[in-house]
Amino acid sequence: MTYFETKQPLVADIFSRYPDSPQGRRSALMPLLREVQDAEGFVSESRMAEIAALCGTTATEVRSVMSFYSTYHTLPTGKYHLQVCSTLMCALAGADELWDHLVESLDVQPGEVSPDGRFSVQKVECLGSCGTAPVMQIGDDGYYENVGPGKCAQILESLRNDLQPLPDNPVPVTVGDDGRQVLATGQAVGSSVTGLHRLPGHAGGDA
Amino acid sequence: MTATAPTPPKPITSAKDPRFAPTLYAHVGQAESWTLAYYRQNGGYEPVRRAFAVGPDAVIDEVKKSGLRGRGGAGFATGLKWSFMPLKDGKPHYVICNADESEPGSFKDRYLLSEDPHQLIEGMIIAAYAMRASVGYIYIRGEYVHAAERIWAAIHEARTAGLLGQNILGSGFDFQLYVHRGAGAYICGEETALMNSLEGLRANPRLKPPFPAAAGLYGLPTTINNVETFCAATQILRYGADWHAGMGTEKSRGMKLFQVSGPVARPGVYELPLGTTFRELIYDWAGGPLEEMKAIIPGGSSCPMLPWTDATLDTPMDYESVAAAGSMLGTGGVTLIPQADCIVNATWNLVRFYGHESCGKCTPCREGISSWMTRMYQKLATGRGQPGDVQLILDMSDNIGGRSFCALADACLGPVLSSIKLFREEYDALATTQQPLYPARRRWRDR
Repeated sequence: MTYFETKQPLVADIFSRYPDSPQGRRSALMPLLREVQDAEGFVSESRMAEIAALCGTTATEVRSVMSFYSTYHTLPTGKYHLQVCSTLMCALAGADELWDHLVESLDVQPGEVSPDGRFSVQKVECLGSCGTAPVMQIGDDGYYENVGPGKCAQILESLRNDLQPLPDNPVPVTVGDDGRQVLATGQAVGSSVTGLHRLPGHAGGDA
Repeated sequence: MTATAPTPPKPITSAKDPRFAPTLYAHVGQAESWTLAYYRQNGGYEPVRRAFAVGPDAVIDEVKKSGLRGRGGAGFATGLKWSFMPLKDGKPHYVICNADESEPGSFKDRYLLSEDPHQLIEGMIIAAYAMRASVGYIYIRGEYVHAAERIWAAIHEARTAGLLGQNILGSGFDFQLYVHRGAGAYICGEETALMNSLEGLRANPRLKPPFPAAAGLYGLPTTINNVETFCAATQILRYGADWHAGMGTEKSRGMKLFQVSGPVARPGVYELPLGTTFRELIYDWAGGPLEEMKAIIPGGSSCPMLPWTDATLDTPMDYESVAAAGSMLGTGGVTLIPQADCIVNATWNLVRFYGHESCGKCTPCREGISSWMTRMYQKLATGRGQPGDVQLILDMSDNIGGRSFCALADACLGPVLSSIKLFREEYDALATTQQPLYPARRRWRDR
């Protein structure tokens, strides 16, 4: 059975985001790949062919696009695909040691899946969370931030019991309750938006 | 009678100035800040009403007058960029938000996307109205899952409330907005590569000209701006061009989101007026370094490193001053590099990054960065250096610089050339004694 056969509303929704033209159909390629990968963990050759038919191109072209990006997988991944940011800002916070620890303790190399099917690992480039280094992403879920040795042990223990902890989402709160920014000393300085003068809306602006 | 011009008020160049108030990040971190209800309670979707009231040309004039420059790194004048879009060509126009934030050291857009998505959506409606665009896309990097979900939800809310779609707020203006998720490729931050990615192709950059305003997405007029730029446009329509132009320096006006990473007390994002010094950012806001430093990367990994000196710390963070100091303001992502870390090893990490992210289209970048440069650094950093290696890196750089199809190869040379210039002795030690001046150390710890 094909993957999208029973998902016509989803396919229609994806196509509706792009122009009704051959070029527009091609634009659906990445969202369709994402759907398959999120469901199956990787994109097999038969799925590539299916997506190619939907987008009006060839399976070879689909594979060519996949190979350009680092988050598509042509081989099965573990139930928990651990992606460790390895770029400088995370490296300055010990990402190399985090990586070595994962590879050794899980006994899995990039491209492999651990014998129990749980784990696969991948080094990735900057995840855009340099303020909370080192950072790890699990699958297509959120980020695990400030992953020190203790936190790493907790995460792995949970995953081994198939209890994936919720991703982190610490927000860099710099503005206090009064709307002023807070210095490192804790002192609020400057002004707040309530002190700024809004321009009046003109005709029709009073709704 | 002699008329004397009133003294213009002194521009705001410190976030400690009592006249300065954060606007872009004013609501980041507040409960429910991402909802339409919260956004409207705080004056949301008033700026777009004002845009509709004054008309599209006046919006472009306002943005021009504000002095806003693109916040994605290049710093091109936003109002001027918007005015490049053809007016009466009868073709569909596109507005794209570049939310591919992937320059190492940059993490400001992620929190705008997840915590204040309506500020971005409103900025995109304003921009689309000014540029007569009927369709917009937010190209968000694939890894920003949480942010994408918030953006999706916010678009749905806006659509349901009549803020997107047909005849928005009775203005007669139609605008549809969609999200397109990337899949992990730094080059997608380059605008023509981004458009190829949106078209379902490999994200190789396109030849310019034609520029996107003439032939962009699907060959139609397109303008691409950074997340922060659209959000700044929302604030300019709310508080006015004069308010925005009252912050910063003569050619760098307005507020900017600066990011601090590396061993500091409070890494994070801080909204400061342009022209604020590195010292204020690093010490007053980020709480100061936790150990002795030797260099800073001032604006994302492509920007040449600057030495950790009083002169650097007292440099105002505006486009011109950072350029005069020998680097670039870039995305405003400031990274501190500790004295005890090997600079060759740190630079190797970035060279490997650019090598991995090279799209492979042109020879100088594919062979020069991905292959040769990466191998030279590997050779040096793993204790196999030979006399002459550093000169070879310099010669290679000379042959790569300015010769690649897009800016990626030059971006890699930023850290390479600056680190050799500043810390030649560390390179020479590895080339002659095969021993680093600063051996690897344990860095992984709990916070």
